[in-house]
Amino acid sequence: MTEEVLEECKEVKRQIKIDPKELIMKIVFIIAAAVFIAAVITICVFIFVQAFPALKEIGLFNFLFGDEWYPTNETNPRFGIAPMIVGSVYITGGALIIGVPIGFLTAVFMARYCPKPIYKVMKPITNILAGIPSIVYGYFGLMVLVPFVRETFGGDGMSILTASIVLGIMILPTIISVSENAIRAVPKSYYEGAVALGATKERAIFRTEVPAAKSGIVTSIILGLGRVIGETMAVVMICGNQARFPDEITDGVRTLTANIVLEMSYAQPGSLHEGALIATAAVLFVFILIITLLVALIRKKSK
Amino acid sequence: MTNTIVIGQEPEKQPEVDVSKIVPINRQSFADKLRAYSKKPFSMILMLLVMLAAIITAAIVFWILIHTLIQGVPHLNLKMFSWTWTSENLSLMPALINTLIIAGIALVIAVPIGVFAAIFMVEYAKSTNIFVKIVRMAAETLSGIPSIVFGIFGNIFFVGMFGYCLLSGAFTVTLMILPLIMRTTEEALLAVPDSFREGSYALGAGKLRTIFVIILPSAMSGIISGIILGLGRVVGETAALIYSAGSPINAAHASGLMTSGCTLSVFLYSLMSEGEHVHEAWATAVVLIVLVVIINGAAEFVGNKLKKEY
Repeated sequence: MTEEVLEECKEVKRQIKIDPKELIMKIVFIIAAAVFIAAVITICVFIFVQAFPALKEIGLFNFLFGDEWYPTNETNPRFGIAPMIVGSVYITGGALIIGVPIGFLTAVFMARYCPKPIYKVMKPITNILAGIPSIVYGYFGLMVLVPFVRETFGGDGMSILTASIVLGIMILPTIISVSENAIRAVPKSYYEGAVALGATKERAIFRTEVPAAKSGIVTSIILGLGRVIGETMAVVMICGNQARFPDEITDGVRTLTANIVLEMSYAQPGSLHEGALIATAAVLFVFILIITLLVALIRKKSK
Repeated sequence: MTNTIVIGQEPEKQPEVDVSKIVPINRQSFADKLRAYSKKPFSMILMLLVMLAAIITAAIVFWILIHTLIQGVPHLNLKMFSWTWTSENLSLMPALINTLIIAGIALVIAVPIGVFAAIFMVEYAKSTNIFVKIVRMAAETLSGIPSIVFGIFGNIFFVGMFGYCLLSGAFTVTLMILPLIMRTTEEALLAVPDSFREGSYALGAGKLRTIFVIILPSAMSGIISGIILGLGRVVGETAALIYSAGSPINAAHASGLMTSGCTLSVFLYSLMSEGEHVHEAWATAVVLIVLVVIINGAAEFVGNKLKKEY
């Protein structure tokens, strides 16, 4: 009996013809999805292939750990990006120290404290913060924060501190929106249970909800980190751009991104100098790949 | 107490209850809160920190906006919007038009690819499929790549093919907005309830017809808001365009797609790096911020207004 039915089903299936249009469009959709893979692979290949000859000539170790950057020295050009890596790390650290506490606490406010009318104001405000172009942040930093830091903390104002403040502001919207969503996703019963056991509102939020939303909050921090490392136009205006190791936080540094923007305009096409700049982009790309992988790992773990 | 009523005797009168005097015990007055906090000082400190952080965030936004407006608005004048650029009027009009051209081309290319990819991811693919996982990984990587790396890639790849021109710039930013459009479209498609699909199939529509006639129109508000967000991203972009769309010095009209020209952000960058035109730079920053705020506001408005309640 069941076999007969199955046989009949197969017969019916054979009779339904698949419209060729359906098949063609399905292939079009697949191709569109494949464009993403192709784009990433093309970007990867082109940057690494172009960076390779320069890396070979300079030597990977000398490139990554060399502490002198004199690309246009005619007799003995040196290409060491260690000062830029250190600069990027310092500014990233500074931006996280400033941005993460403010962003995280604001996210808690948005998710659990904010009355509805205030939320209707706060949400667009953080969206505006996310929308302001980085070049405008750079100009604001240059015209407002640089003089402020110069007068308050000494130095010439273009410093790790200034760049950290501006980038700390720039990562706020990322941290706020991702953390807020993570905290909101925690079941209400966590909070209610904690309050029912006599915890204050703060204790309930910070001891039950925040640990439950941990993976989302960590993700928000890592996304902010990626934004800071990759940020270019704001940083180049305010970090001072000296390619040396800094002694204090009021010293200027140069980041990997700034190095590319500053020198790409006068690097001779095809020269070792241009190759070294593309290799700098490759290093940046590797950093971002690591960060993307970290985010994916955290997501996988939290599931 | 028993509920038995003794016959021949009036039941005892209940005292009148004034309803307005009932105090709900689950409601805290401000004084109660203060008392509770004074017992738990650490909680109070945390609460104050949370409030402080929110105030700081709001204050920063207002500070940036108001400072920029105060510095820029007095220097806005019609001269800055005159049709052609000269070294005297420093008109931002050509840059604005270049921006729109680049954004237009980028959207024309990126929207079909992004939307189709999203359709594949949501309507066709099973999430366990390895191809889907790779596409998702690629989209995430693409959205994480710093704009200067896009700029370098545009410089190597597109400029190598076309030279410094609007077209190279447009192709470069196309890559940047692809993941944004795909993600917003995916979210919009996922928000369409399955009953729509089932209803359509039940009426005999094929998969393709279901997608184009039923699902896409229902998801249109989300898709459009994603497209507008992409536009905002292009308008604000600088680093990816400096070394692909061409020299910041040339602020005049591009005389076609194959010539170089700068966008509004790159124009601001060139004003800044010259350091002489402080007022014009502030005014340009105002125009840029207003443009981006309007664009993002429009995206939000479209996303909310056209959203249908299922």
